[in-house]
Amino acid sequence: MKKTTIKTSVVLAALAGSALFFAAKPAPPKNAKSVKAADESGLKLPSGFSALIVADNLGQARHIAVTSSGDIYVKINRARNGKGILMLHDKNGDGKADDITGFGTYGGTGMAIKNGYLYASSDENVYRYKLDNQQHVIDGTKPEEIVHGLLSRHEHESKSITLDNAGNIYVNVGAYSNSCQKEDRQKGSMGRNPCPILDSAGGIWQFKADKLNQTYGDGTHYAMGLRNVVGLDWNQQDNQLFVMQHGRDQLHDIFPDMYTVQQSAILPAECMYAIKKGDDAGWPYLYYDQIQKKKILAPEYGGDGKKEGSAKAISPVIAFPGHLAPNGLLFYTGNQFPARYKNGAFIAFHGSWNRAPEPQAGYFVVFVPFENGRPNTEGKWEVFADNFAGSPDKVKSGRADHRPCGLAQGPDGSLYVSDDSKGTIYKISYNNK
Amino acid sequence: MKKLIIVLLLSPFCFLLMAQTKQKPKAKAASTKAKPVPSAAAKASAANGLKVFTQTCISCHQADGGGVPRMNPPLIKTPWVLGDQARLIKIVLNGFKEDVEINGDYYSNVMPSFAYLKDQDIADVLTYVRSNFGNKASAITVKQVTVARTANGK
Ligand code: HEC
Repeated sequence: MKKTTIKTSVVLAALAGSALFFAAKPAPPKNAKSVKAADESGLKLPSGFSALIVADNLGQARHIAVTSSGDIYVKINRARNGKGILMLHDKNGDGKADDITGFGTYGGTGMAIKNGYLYASSDENVYRYKLDNQQHVIDGTKPEEIVHGLLSRHEHESKSITLDNAGNIYVNVGAYSNSCQKEDRQKGSMGRNPCPILDSAGGIWQFKADKLNQTYGDGTHYAMGLRNVVGLDWNQQDNQLFVMQHGRDQLHDIFPDMYTVQQSAILPAECMYAIKKGDDAGWPYLYYDQIQKKKILAPEYGGDGKKEGSAKAISPVIAFPGHLAPNGLLFYTGNQFPARYKNGAFIAFHGSWNRAPEPQAGYFVVFVPFENGRPNTEGKWEVFADNFAGSPDKVKSGRADHRPCGLAQGPDGSLYVSDDSKGTIYKISYNNK
Repeated sequence: MKKLIIVLLLSPFCFLLMAQTKQKPKAKAASTKAKPVPSAAAKASAANGLKVFTQTCISCHQADGGGVPRMNPPLIKTPWVLGDQARLIKIVLNGFKEDVEINGDYYSNVMPSFAYLKDQDIADVLTYVRSNFGNKASAITVKQVTVARTANGK
């Protein structure tokens, strides 16, 4: 006990020392309060940024939405005590939620605010709640059901949502399969051709944001050939939908003669697609190889790791290493962060599991600078917020303390990040103006 | 006189020898009661179990058997790992995709069938699982796997 106190005090002294060192170098931060809080968050951020823990232990906090007054709605994956949506309010203005209320009995992932409504999804349905002029839900017990009956078959069950400016809502229906094999994930099992999953899953559906009781037949099959999308956002500059696809797993497990364990750990790419109505991203027939920079025919459909797939499929606008699991996408439109962040993309990478026995990776928030509504041409990206895992060893083993999932922008331009492992909500701000 | 000296000189050795031969069975008897010294067969099974685990289970259940939150369940002291042995063997033969709560949580990934594994490999990998990750359960024998496979029809 004594030993640990000595140790912690040494660490604290060292931390204090380095804080002084950093504080001395650039212009002194204006808001000393949140700099102190950044230490508590444990996150590693670019200089001038700091993070605050708004709330903790909320359960599996998936996607989030922030109101115009800074209250935070959090969608919980598995309802706790009959509450699947939490509202976090900060009464005393210290940045920490001190008033947490809940409603919505169902679990799920999707959470968005648009035109006076809060939108939320379970794994089958999409609901909305009318907001008052403070953007507070008027009656949490009476949601309107916008969409029902979406397929949820065990795998890739979450239904993420985003809205455009023309009254439409976009819903991901993930494929209930890894690569549409005859026997899912079984070694050597070949692909079903044509893949029967694609008519009702493995794509994005567009529905009317204000029409009740819609299901597949009422919506538009907006994009197909997307295995599973969790992070998606409407790009205001392009007026276009962007999505992050979770690439397929287990190339080595299923085709050990074609792929080494090491190749399987980094392939295929996790892809960002700019979507137009009618686009097909090619799942399950092909995958994107970020090293060869090609769309490669899937081994389940006769591929050998080199043969290219159909040219009809769209290409990603930027590709990331395999299995990092992009669960949140947000285009930054605020004015608080330095100018280079404006209109760029933040991506929350939940972190890998499918790399074992190779070391795991991810558990960070990435930034991609955009120029004229597209990622920079070199495909450059940078880690923006790191150390959600707690240590480099916890990254490697996959035993991460926190896993970033949802992203939202506050009215003051701060960036909010949710963690669905411990249920922590972070607020990242730029103070070094 | 000479003889006596030799005997006297040798006697400590005899004593040592006797002590050794006496100690051996004693150690053996103790070993079966407390910490078992693994037999050559058990060692081979453990090595093969680790090999099969690394080749076929690790990508989902992870090296420490702890699984992946919301995706793949842990293999640590679950009712399936520690419970009915024929049921455990059948999970490997048929795969597993059931909306069941496992140690307080639900898991959304799909486990495929591993019926292509040899009976020996299934016995070894399950013995490995049942004696690692904090589990302390008995071995699964090849015979149990053969019987379960016949009953299962695959
Ligand atoms: C593709 C991923 C995957 C692979 C590979 C895999 N499993 Fe599983 N396993 C799962 C999933 C997912 C479940 C739970 C399914 C559910 O809840 O419906 C599961 C369940 C189990 C269970 C019962 C639940 C528990 O946690 O005790 C056992 C035992 C098990 N697996 C053992 C193994 C063994 C042994 C191997 C290797 C021979 C293996 N698994 C390979 C994904 C996998």
